[in-house]
Amino acid sequence: MESSILAICYLVASVTFILGLKMLSNPAAAKKGNRIAAVGMVVAIFATIFLYRDEEGSHLHNYAFIFIALIIGTLVGAIAARKVKMTAMPEMVSLFNGMGGACAALISIVEFHHLKNFFAGITVKFEVGEFISSTIKVTGPIRGTLIIILAGLIIGSVSFAGSIIAWGKLNGKIKDYAFKGQHIFNIALLSLILGLAIYLVTRYGDISSQLANDSSNPFTFFQILFFILFAIAILYGVLFVLPIGCADMPVVISLLNSFTGVAAACGGFLYDNKAMLTGGILVGAAGTLLTILMCKAMNRSLKNVLIGSFGATAKVTGGGDAHDESNVYKEISAGEAAMIMTYSNKVMIVPGYGLAVAQAQHACHELEKLLTEKGVEVKYAIHPVAGRMPGHMNVLLAEADVSYDKLLEMELANEEFSTTDVVLVLGANDVVNPAAKTDPSSPIYGMPILEVELAKTVIVNKRSMKPGYAGIENQLFFRPKTSMLFGDSKDVLQQLIMVIKNL
Amino acid sequence: MESILNWIDVHQQMIYIVILMIFLGIEVIGHVPSVMHTPLMSGANAIHGVVIIGAIIVMGKAGEHDYLSLILGFLAVVLGTLNVVGGFVVTDRMLEMFKKKK
Repeated sequence: MESSILAICYLVASVTFILGLKMLSNPAAAKKGNRIAAVGMVVAIFATIFLYRDEEGSHLHNYAFIFIALIIGTLVGAIAARKVKMTAMPEMVSLFNGMGGACAALISIVEFHHLKNFFAGITVKFEVGEFISSTIKVTGPIRGTLIIILAGLIIGSVSFAGSIIAWGKLNGKIKDYAFKGQHIFNIALLSLILGLAIYLVTRYGDISSQLANDSSNPFTFFQILFFILFAIAILYGVLFVLPIGCADMPVVISLLNSFTGVAAACGGFLYDNKAMLTGGILVGAAGTLLTILMCKAMNRSLKNVLIGSFGATAKVTGGGDAHDESNVYKEISAGEAAMIMTYSNKVMIVPGYGLAVAQAQHACHELEKLLTEKGVEVKYAIHPVAGRMPGHMNVLLAEADVSYDKLLEMELANEEFSTTDVVLVLGANDVVNPAAKTDPSSPIYGMPILEVELAKTVIVNKRSMKPGYAGIENQLFFRPKTSMLFGDSKDVLQQLIMVIKNL
Repeated sequence: MESILNWIDVHQQMIYIVILMIFLGIEVIGHVPSVMHTPLMSGANAIHGVVIIGAIIVMGKAGEHDYLSLILGFLAVVLGTLNVVGGFVVTDRMLEMFKKKK
């Protein structure tokens, strides 16, 4: 009775995960979808706590510990998620993803430990003399279980270490780091991980016979190998993410997200648990596709992102070009910029990461309202990968109550630029870089961009002339149509607002 | 080799689920607009928090003196809960921003 209720609870949870994911891909239904999945998760968790029975049919125990852990996790998680600033959300997602990966790795460690007890159990049986017939049946599933444990350990650890590095990179604590031959070193590490895992799996069958003959426990040797494997997987996770540029972190986080999904699914195999399996594989598959879609939005291949050629080549070309041509840019004052915008018919705002960093979305909305009052048509041109995550700008502007229909997606915006008088670029760089269209040697060549040059005037707000995250020079800044308006986005916007109010 | 085949035989049903879920996962989010990439990733992040079920089982099965399982299990439950709760709350906050206001 209880076990069928548990099975039904897991079924319900699986369905909510599928529905939730489906609804999350539709802006109108997304919020509901997220909540439905959350309800399913709560059902699955409490059903497990109260209804789960192990092989011997006894209930779980240690309730006190389980609830203390649940409460700690809930409090910390909810507070952290509530308090985090809108701009820091991507790194928060990465951090939580890392926690999931670590959880999967820990489960694998404990289950590996249990295997040892299992063998101890076999030895006892052997002494009793009923070993031979039972071992043949038993080692099969055991070897499969070991593969699953190792897979969970490796994937979980890589995901954990990688996510922590991605988190550190996004909040600026960890800098890009690469050494010569790192790719080869990484490949070597990966082969070492696979080699060790295969060795452990193939040699495992021998242990049972050894255990029978030998009173000293040969298991310790395997245990040491297991922990070496764990350490290498962590190292691999670190080195895997370390050389990848900051701008590519969303893609990496999405990829690690699907890794954690697969690690969770390994748990599904271990406990014969369908909810873990469905949830994990679903996220693994959807996450992989999402990663590819994100790459496509930037017109890059996943391979390209992972090999990290982006940062490396960019530095070379960026440094070279900058000094070759006598690049002169024009500066403009806030007063002048405000004047130009107020007396134009149509202004298009191109927001970028700089806007998010400066927390200038409210000031931006205010400027938009002011200009609209003055009879200027104001719209926003949103590049799909502006900011550090796809959709980052939509989220940010929505926070400032910018109306949804003022946000134009890239294709629409590109059609409207030719009828636009002034384009105000706020802290965006690579997404308006004409090199993506004109310079085949550029690392961002082929990426669709916002063609702001079609407009009559372009005003670019940046903090300095420093290149953007891709590390490449932007020729847009040196075009005759372009004027530079230096300063923090928020300060600049406030100055603009002041001037326009007094006009 | 035989043991692997044996394992596959035992877990047949699970393997079917895996294959079906791979196709379903791809199908379900196939037409996601780029605006929703981040919230979707965040939501998926929360969903793979189901791994917490494994952590709870580890914790609940641990014997009184099995300190390794108790300590690691406890840690795993905390981390898993962080993943689940943090994941859903962050996603919810993100989606708050998509609400149409009139």
